[in-house]
Amino acid sequence: MKKDHIPQDPSPLDHFTRELTYALDEQGRYTTGLSRGWEVKASALGVAWEDIQARIANAKAQVLAGEASPLLFFMELRLMDVGIVAAYTGFWKWQVKRHLKPRVFRRLPDKKLARYAELFEVSIEELKQMA
Amino acid sequence: MKLPFEHIQAAHCENGVTTNLLRHIGIEQISEPLAFGIGSGLFFIYLPFLKINHGPAFAFRTMPGMIFRRTCRALGIPVVRRKFRSPARAEAYLNECLQRGQPVGCQVGVYYLSYFPKAFRFHFNAHNLVVYGRDNGSYLISDPVMEQPTSLSAYELQRVRFAKGPLAPRGQVYYPRPAGPLPPERIRQAIRKGIARNVRDMLYIPGPIAGVAGIAYTGKKIKKWRDKLGLKRAGLYLAQLVRMQEEIGTGGGGFRFIYAAFLQQAHQYHPQDELLHISEQFTRAGDLWRSAAVQAAGIYKGRLSSQADFNQMGDYLLEIAQVEKQAFRALAKVKW
Repeated sequence: MKKDHIPQDPSPLDHFTRELTYALDEQGRYTTGLSRGWEVKASALGVAWEDIQARIANAKAQVLAGEASPLLFFMELRLMDVGIVAAYTGFWKWQVKRHLKPRVFRRLPDKKLARYAELFEVSIEELKQMA
Repeated sequence: MKLPFEHIQAAHCENGVTTNLLRHIGIEQISEPLAFGIGSGLFFIYLPFLKINHGPAFAFRTMPGMIFRRTCRALGIPVVRRKFRSPARAEAYLNECLQRGQPVGCQVGVYYLSYFPKAFRFHFNAHNLVVYGRDNGSYLISDPVMEQPTSLSAYELQRVRFAKGPLAPRGQVYYPRPAGPLPPERIRQAIRKGIARNVRDMLYIPGPIAGVAGIAYTGKKIKKWRDKLGLKRAGLYLAQLVRMQEEIGTGGGGFRFIYAAFLQQAHQYHPQDELLHISEQFTRAGDLWRSAAVQAAGIYKGRLSSQADFNQMGDYLLEIAQVEKQAFRALAKVKW
């Protein structure tokens, strides 16, 4: 890539930083330049976020249909998976998986719910109501 | 308290932390490309079974932590590295380092990294930054991917140092210890060693998923993605590939341009003119990676959708595998 070809597209990096890019100068020597962003990768990030939004909506629908506990919704909302939730809360993975069942979740004591509520930065009530 | 530490922006966080911490102990010759090359940073691996954000994992560089470790070792610089169980101890140790004038590299997770824009905050735990002082209870942070230094509160710093999940940092801190002057002969040796190890990693690593063989393997798989995964998921996978290749920290073209720059700088230590020629091959590889990204974008944006488009996408990777294979073979044959 030549230095004057370094892309300068609007991107999610705006108001944060420009990023350092390696490129060739006129004499074919490597130098660096700053890039505001590149449309190709900004749209890759956009695709990833669309997928996340769809997963959140899907989780919400599943919870409302009684197929999963609100835990699923918050897990998707915070971009987590069972492994990450287990690592932060100190539950085992199999416990988290069990708590994804509405029947099990409904009977959880507040003490356990508090561990999830803290991780998702909501109150226990909000956790139960999926607010 | 603010330690005398110069913030110099880098393309990649670990390269930047390495070069900036080395400068702090008086070693100014090691640029970002030299650190990357001596640390044998160039790599490729496709991990279909390891899911990151519900897609397969790709990496264009070697394992986190290796560049710092290998570069320092090859240059004969002793390294201090510590992990902690207890966040309180981790903080106390950090404060103690700053107290005796030592800026430290920290491994952190980006999900809770408050100064990052929200769009980039995934559960990725192998980001690196330097803490170089304290001011009114907040820590002064030099994040090499940023143009300017920044800061974090004690709580925020502790949170990112104890992020959980894959590659959890566990409060890890590291820094090089002063080691006296660095003779050019040692840099020359380190360059040779870094290249030899990178040749080994890219050409001779066993199994089909890594090195140049891994690039070709991925190319062949991509051709099947349209039928196997459907357009939507195939697009998501390709977007993931492009992000790993181009997102903050690769210097463009999946680190291939940094490696090409490394070979040019290596030429200043070794008079072999092949290095310049091979550097051009890596520039070509980087350019091809970027063309492949444009093709991928056509697919995930829905502009391209035919099997021929997927074939072309896969062919890009097959061609890249050829170019890089020849480049590394040529590197293996350089007479030092």
